[in-house]
Amino acid sequence: MKYMLLIYGSQDVQPQTADAVQKVMDEYWAYEKAVADAGVRIASDALQGVETATTVEVRNDGERVVTDGPFAETREVLGGYYLLDVADLDAAIEWAARCPGAQHGSRIEVRPVMEFEQP
Amino acid sequence: MNPGAAGSVEAVFREERGRLLATLVGQFGDLDLAEEVASEAVAAALERWPVDGVPGRPGAWLLTTARRKAVDRLRRDKAYAARIAVLQAEADRDGPAAAVADAEDVPDERLRLFFTCCHPALPPEAQVALTLRCLAGLSTPEVARAFLVPAATMAQRIVRAKRKIKGARIPFRVPEADELPARLPGVLRVVYAVFTEGYAASAGPELVRGDLADEAIRLARILHRLLPRERDVAGLLALMLLVDARRDARTGPDGHLVLLDEQDRSRWNREYIEEGRRVVVSALQGGPPGPYTLQAAIAAVHDEAADVATTDWPQVVALYDVLADVAPSPVVALNRAVAIAMRDGPAAGLALLDALSSDERLRGYHLLPAARADLLRRLGRREEAAAAYEEALALVGNAAERAYLARRLKEVGTRSPVVE
Repeated sequence: MKYMLLIYGSQDVQPQTADAVQKVMDEYWAYEKAVADAGVRIASDALQGVETATTVEVRNDGERVVTDGPFAETREVLGGYYLLDVADLDAAIEWAARCPGAQHGSRIEVRPVMEFEQP
Repeated sequence: MNPGAAGSVEAVFREERGRLLATLVGQFGDLDLAEEVASEAVAAALERWPVDGVPGRPGAWLLTTARRKAVDRLRRDKAYAARIAVLQAEADRDGPAAAVADAEDVPDERLRLFFTCCHPALPPEAQVALTLRCLAGLSTPEVARAFLVPAATMAQRIVRAKRKIKGARIPFRVPEADELPARLPGVLRVVYAVFTEGYAASAGPELVRGDLADEAIRLARILHRLLPRERDVAGLLALMLLVDARRDARTGPDGHLVLLDEQDRSRWNREYIEEGRRVVVSALQGGPPGPYTLQAAIAAVHDEAADVATTDWPQVVALYDVLADVAPSPVVALNRAVAIAMRDGPAAGLALLDALSSDERLRGYHLLPAARADLLRRLGRREEAAAAYEEALALVGNAAERAYLARRLKEVGTRSPVVE
């Protein structure tokens, strides 16, 4: 079953020093390798900062509205994701807990992916 | 028709339902389907057994019947066609040995069902509801009544939880040994929540709802049988037995609350005390005790005493010291302060309670001002005691506890009127 691990972090708890950044990066590379080696990784990415976000909306009358920033101003922003294929929720929770973000103040939202019958 | 048969079917079913359900969920991986066919199997039993007599192995009969109905149902449902093929293949591969219903004993898979119902990914109130429904065998209206919520609300809560189990694929499995320390406390919390709700109902007219306390003890017995080496499971069972032993003495003839110091100890349930003591002694052996075991040990000290005056308060305080270390919480600190008041006098306890009154987590907890009020009363500080009783009265939800506080307030006299 596919699960999306959404990594939500607070903007103000980002590592401050170059060493700290490197340490987190190393941890993510190790984690990336672990999910790949376990054969559960479908996709994963880190997103650029929320200051680069653009929100697009198409109104009822067809007008396209493009605005700077995320659609909702919250303290915690989506920083990246892992899309995994594992047996069940317990396995997904286990991987979420091992995600470096979870150990550095981020919170991981685990969402099962909806499955559709092929038309 | 034998009039006793229906009753005996229900008794058998109540005992067997959890086992039946667990086995069916294990085989079909679907709680809804398992519940439906379990109910149909019981309906069949209610029809057949009064005529044919109760079979030698009623559990196996119910399981065979339920499985047959499940297979029929799956055959009718195209979406399940693939799954039935898998089941068939598994059955063929495993051979006749896997035909569970023919085995001497139906394997007990309830532990898996416990961990599913008490999964931390479900909201706490749903965990309690599902556990009562699936493992204690209560119907949804019974669970709703137990928690004084409308049946429709409870049904909705259960439906949502089952939808999440299916949608997010919460597994039906016993956690590995290394996961158990993280997962077992959640299961124990659910069982204890059933008990505390029964013991001091948070709302409603009755102080003790014995049905819930009984269910909690029954659930703990099942868990203890399934996990005999988990010492805090034994501790929880012992705690509930040792506290529930005082049930009858805890309410007066008119239903009012009688606290420990005024209870008629001859009305305590000796059988429960004996069993509780035996279980807690075994739970205390073999390493550092868990939080339920420590609370059980404290309850045992109370249960062994002839009255409050001769209670071994130094021992109670010593156990609270360990408990405060193992499982620190403001409620433990509150109880420890009360024990210290009994050992060293009300002033010593009051100082500790006053230090606790700034704890945010105790805000709105009626037992803090109630405990302060009792110590102030014993110190003869009547006006302050009255104020504290009033504070407790404003927070309490249970009618019997409210009546107790009101009686105490009357004894110390109402506060002098405030000058406007």
